[in-house]
Amino acid sequence: MPERTATVASRVGLHARPAAIFAEAAGEQPVEVTIALAGTPADEAMDASSILSLMSLGAEFGAQVVLRAEGEGAEEALDALVKVLETDHDAA
Amino acid sequence: MTSITGVGVSPGRVVGPVVQMPPAVAEPAPDGALPAGATPETETERIKAAAKSVQAVLKSRAAAATGDAAEVLKATALMAADPMLVKSAAKLLAAGRSAERAVWEAGGQVAEQLRSLGGYMAERAADVLDVRARIVAELRGEPAPGIPDSAGPVILAAEDLAPADTATLDPDRIIALVTAGGGPQSHTAIIARALGLPAVVAAAGVTELPEGTEVYVDGAAGLVVTDPGEAELAAAAEYAARPTLPPFNGTGTTADGHRVPLLANVGGGEEAAVAAAAGAEGVGLLRTEFCFLNRTEEPTVEEQVEAYKAVFDAFPGKKVVVRTLDAGADKPLPFLTDATEPNPALGVRGYRTDLTSPGVLERQLAAIAQAAAQSQAQVWVMAPMISTAGEAGRFATLCADAGLKTSGVMVEVPSAAVTAGSILKRVDFVSLGTNDLTQYTMAADRQLGPLAALNDPWQPAVLRLVQATVDGARQAAAGEQEPAKPVGVCGESAADPALAVVLVGLGVATLSMTARSLPGVAAVLGSTTLEQARELAALALSADSAAEARAAVRSKLPILETLGL
Repeated sequence: MPERTATVASRVGLHARPAAIFAEAAGEQPVEVTIALAGTPADEAMDASSILSLMSLGAEFGAQVVLRAEGEGAEEALDALVKVLETDHDAA
Repeated sequence: MTSITGVGVSPGRVVGPVVQMPPAVAEPAPDGALPAGATPETETERIKAAAKSVQAVLKSRAAAATGDAAEVLKATALMAADPMLVKSAAKLLAAGRSAERAVWEAGGQVAEQLRSLGGYMAERAADVLDVRARIVAELRGEPAPGIPDSAGPVILAAEDLAPADTATLDPDRIIALVTAGGGPQSHTAIIARALGLPAVVAAAGVTELPEGTEVYVDGAAGLVVTDPGEAELAAAAEYAARPTLPPFNGTGTTADGHRVPLLANVGGGEEAAVAAAAGAEGVGLLRTEFCFLNRTEEPTVEEQVEAYKAVFDAFPGKKVVVRTLDAGADKPLPFLTDATEPNPALGVRGYRTDLTSPGVLERQLAAIAQAAAQSQAQVWVMAPMISTAGEAGRFATLCADAGLKTSGVMVEVPSAAVTAGSILKRVDFVSLGTNDLTQYTMAADRQLGPLAALNDPWQPAVLRLVQATVDGARQAAAGEQEPAKPVGVCGESAADPALAVVLVGLGVATLSMTARSLPGVAAVLGSTTLEQARELAALALSADSAAEARAAVRSKLPILETLGL
């Protein structure tokens, strides 16, 4: 399954506004994308389009997370979402 | 034309149509079965549709809002149709729950998870519960909970308002508040005064007024009149055309120059900055609960230092009176208070939590001392819910041990008012918390509408306890070379301009109030001499009832009418 590892760039972590922006972007992808903290088993990964899941993930600033997706458009979806994660949305 | 009499808690006269606050969404029955013909699949679709429409409403509200409010609404809108919430509700449907019950339980589980994470996540739990209530209301075809969207200007009628309702209360749209429940010290009253909205509480029958009924509200007299006539329309027009109050110039005095510092009650750094801009001469009450509420664990000393310093920095060189943690009764904190107490107003609350959770108070005092050392403010510290001189003495020792120079206590319990002389031999000042002092003196729960008339700080018995406290301060100083130690007031009564004059006449040295009340109190105090204030105090003390005391004093202060106060 295609996957990417990314570093959370928002200083408040993946909460609040950054989480909302990321969940919304994940929901717009043509494939289902999951998110997990790096080093945790793949079957514990959560739905990346769920803001409630993202909030309970507890990914702080600088945390490494793994995004996974399968199917047509998966590679492009993952690339797009990595970009969102690695932008500091708190700076805006 | 019919009139409903309640208790006026925030002055002003307006006319407008009524909108009713929908009742809170009731919990769906746990045994609700699927309706005939429905399957878990059709019900899942129904939940999805309801979630989508709630999301659409929240999104459009987010688009209309600005700043932080818009961000919060956007995140809440995403939560409404969150796939995790919908999936767990679908699982519960398969286990035989009704759609409403499934959403209720799924939302409850998510909120619980967030709460257990603490901090920022715990605060979001309330948003999840709000979303849950909205989806359940949508499934039932009921109006959405919370303050209704309407073009305005409208008069909001409700049973009572909760602190959470303040966030969505837009004073440009809502021009007055009328409630069937609540009392002069209820949340509705406090919110109304903070926003400067006319308000009448304990007005039985206002929740039955049909939507859109034109009513006249007089927040000073406590009147709600339906189908107002010419006299009412004229009174409202006169109020609308009232002269604007000059801003407070930063020096509170009577007409003859007797100084009465006017301070502000604040609950954090942001409010402190607003109060400083409004001319407040310092802070008479810093409610430190703000830094503890919604917390499942005690905040660290570092967090507390940062929070307190933000307030101190708004008042360099000025006095800031910090009240130590006042948890319990209507402000429970999971790590300090026991929610199962049969009578929380008389329970382990305020200073008393030090008995059951020793250490929290000492760490808080250490944090206050540390923040004080890093700022220019003159920091005073006081303990809430003190009943005896012994408790006051022990608190003074704790403050001294923490390196805090000026310690005092709140006078909220009648025993503290009666023994103020002994208490002031052990501490440097006292501050009267008239909200609780009234509820304990009159043995009337401040949240109960039917007891609103008893729960009035104009009660002559309460004023006599104010007088007893001032007398105690004078006796404690008698024989010594120094002047009497200061007695301040930081309850809601200090924000009522007429009562503020009476308090000064009784010998109160400083008044602390919501920043919005400063201009009105300063204007009325500045038009009255100290001698007149003393005469008005004597008038109020000799009245037979709170209503008589208020009417007698108001009739001697025509400036109140002129200024629309």
